[in-house]
Amino acid sequence: MQAQDIGRAAWVGTLRGKGRRISFFDEMNSHGGETRSPYREYCDWFEAEDVARIQHKAVQAEALFRTTGITFNVYGAVDGDERLIPFDVVPRIISASEWRRLSRGIEQRVRALNAFLYDIYHRQEILRAGRVPTKLIADNDAFLPMMMGLDPPGGIYTHISGTDIVRTGANEFYVLEDNARTPSGVSYMLENRETMLQMFPELFAKVPVREVSDYPINLLKSLAACAPPACGGTPTVAVLTPGIHNSAYYEHSFLADHMGAELVEGHDLRVVDGRVAMRTTQGYKAIDVLYRRVDDDFLDPLNFRPDSMLGVPGIWDVYRAGGITIANAPGTGIADDKALYSYMPDIIEFYTGEKALLPNVPTWRCSEPEHLREVLDRLPELVVKEVHGSGGYGMLVGPAASKKELAAFRAKLEANPGNYIAQPTLSLSTVPIFTKKGLAPRHVDLRPFVLMSPQGITITPGGLTRVAMTRGSLVVNSSQGGGTKDTWVLED
Amino acid sequence: MLGKTAGSLFWMARYLERSENNARLIDAGFRIALTRSQTAAAEWKSVLVTAGVNQAFQAAHGDYSSARVIDFLLRDPANPSSILSVIRQARDNARTARTALTRETWEAVNTSWMTLVALLKRQVREDDLPDVLTTIRQQSAQVRGALNGTMLRNDGYHFAQLGTFLERADNTARILDVKYYLLLPSVAHIGTSIDNVQWETILRSVSAHRAYRWLYGAEISALKIAEFLILYRQMPRSLTFCSERMENHLNELQRHYGDETEAWRMAHALVHDKLNAPIQSIFDGGLHQYVTGFLRDTAALARQVERDYRFVE
Repeated sequence: MQAQDIGRAAWVGTLRGKGRRISFFDEMNSHGGETRSPYREYCDWFEAEDVARIQHKAVQAEALFRTTGITFNVYGAVDGDERLIPFDVVPRIISASEWRRLSRGIEQRVRALNAFLYDIYHRQEILRAGRVPTKLIADNDAFLPMMMGLDPPGGIYTHISGTDIVRTGANEFYVLEDNARTPSGVSYMLENRETMLQMFPELFAKVPVREVSDYPINLLKSLAACAPPACGGTPTVAVLTPGIHNSAYYEHSFLADHMGAELVEGHDLRVVDGRVAMRTTQGYKAIDVLYRRVDDDFLDPLNFRPDSMLGVPGIWDVYRAGGITIANAPGTGIADDKALYSYMPDIIEFYTGEKALLPNVPTWRCSEPEHLREVLDRLPELVVKEVHGSGGYGMLVGPAASKKELAAFRAKLEANPGNYIAQPTLSLSTVPIFTKKGLAPRHVDLRPFVLMSPQGITITPGGLTRVAMTRGSLVVNSSQGGGTKDTWVLED
Repeated sequence: MLGKTAGSLFWMARYLERSENNARLIDAGFRIALTRSQTAAAEWKSVLVTAGVNQAFQAAHGDYSSARVIDFLLRDPANPSSILSVIRQARDNARTARTALTRETWEAVNTSWMTLVALLKRQVREDDLPDVLTTIRQQSAQVRGALNGTMLRNDGYHFAQLGTFLERADNTARILDVKYYLLLPSVAHIGTSIDNVQWETILRSVSAHRAYRWLYGAEISALKIAEFLILYRQMPRSLTFCSERMENHLNELQRHYGDETEAWRMAHALVHDKLNAPIQSIFDGGLHQYVTGFLRDTAALARQVERDYRFVE
């Protein structure tokens, strides 16, 4: 088991000076030190607060997280060495108008993604039109030929997705990544809010913050709305987990608990009379919608990986016959591919007829000779990522890399250019964290969580803010020491 | 409810009960070791036999020094019944059944685990032992309090309670089984008092030495102690009390699910046949045989519960 990584690679490495000054947009204090308007009420409160009290609360918060068990296992660690993802007590605040803009852009993107997946697994119009190279699909490990021509219930592939967003200025937001496979971190979003409410209830009386606590209910409704044809009556929803040793187990049990759904493992399930059924104290009971938190490969040992103990033998055949809804749909992972990401503006335009509301980070595809040449020329200033990489592993942050590292990466790029994409090193915005010496700016990103069903798209206001806890660092990945913050979207 | 979840609740409760029982056994053994060094080894051996880990201990250590036995019982990862192993298993089961527990109950189990892991990080010094044992018992009480105070009285609750009382009955029966020979000689001479320290140890290991005195005064006899531990309905660790609770929870489960089970029938027989006898006749038939039979019956009952409610496939 690896350290839990809530989310995919954003940035890794530290921007060490190198004599260049990069200025960052701070979301609390704009240039010149004036408090930006979404933070005004919070800052008034903060200035009147005793720093020692906040310090004390921060310590309490950690104890609270430990008691609740929001920890993750580290493989090979001794008993009791479960880790916490650091939590910072200063919220990240987004204004109502900023959120309106973000949520419209996210909704457009998720709609397009779903349409894209449907198309790829049916007529492949976008490939025929030449807007996306066929090779990108053919070479994609997450592409499942078995999904061709299959209609997932309700036409939904991306029941749950997470769109990673970074900010570089007052009006500059970019989508960094799409996570349609099994985005995690939503339990942190909910527990962070719960913790803030317990620690600083008075703040919520002062500042009009939009609720996030209805996420589990919305998730349940959204999943139930995708029930398969075989479902008669109220849909039975279950969450499929690899088990208690999985690093995200806390989240799996949290979501099942809050939805009032059973939390099942592969060995609780079997195919009975053409349905996937769970073993209850009273015998086998059919499941209509399975929110699975295991990867495609492990779903069905009969049809995918034969050595998998995590899945259900025969679930694939039930799925194909309309006996169960699997969320997200198998084969959805192709959308997480970073080379495909670079085509998202085209994909959005192709299916919605509109320009993308939220821009992509400019991306060079190293598979294309001109792009590769430019990337090699400008390597010290770029971030280079593996096409299928995640978790912040196997990437190069040019400005932070040594001459030796750059040379080594140059060789890798030249040997296998198709495996990489490159992006400019963005100056991610900062939000202050609470330190012993007071507030100090740290880089952040944002993962909003999006639910999709035939009844529409629901985006929980805010999402999970990940924050690099070390000064100057652009690493927000939890597997690499990143922390989280409560994210506030203000009421209009 | 999933069969697996029911099983996890059952085992969570069994392990929690086991940790508390083992703490009590260590306490009683330690007391003897302090006061009677010449019989300490024999006493530790009987503690290990009661906990069902004597063979494992022998294989790893051999001689019964207090420090070794105590460390083995508290912390040894090679001992599946050490407090540390047991509390970890209790927590793993609680995590598996997390969706069937209230937040308070889960947090109590998790806090217990965190507290004990920290407490047992290093070998416990003998002068710290009483405090450590007290903490173990307090943690157990806290979980029980959360469970009883916050859980819905649904199937999950009954599975947990069933685990608690099965484990407890098993523990009391084992204590009797290991110590029965102490009770035997005096039967031949009714009225002869048995070794004071020894009987006190037995009662201490079920936290009932004071209760016994309140009930029976100064009269210390093998017959009375056996009656107290086997038949006395108000004594929360007696075989009768535990068996009646098991029958009751199985009956609640039957009502909940609306069908009669073999497990309930077995518990019913335990209460109404096996335990429905005067103590003298139990002695006449052989205390050892009686207790062995009881242990066999409860083990069979546990297996039947597992089958009836599909804990495993």
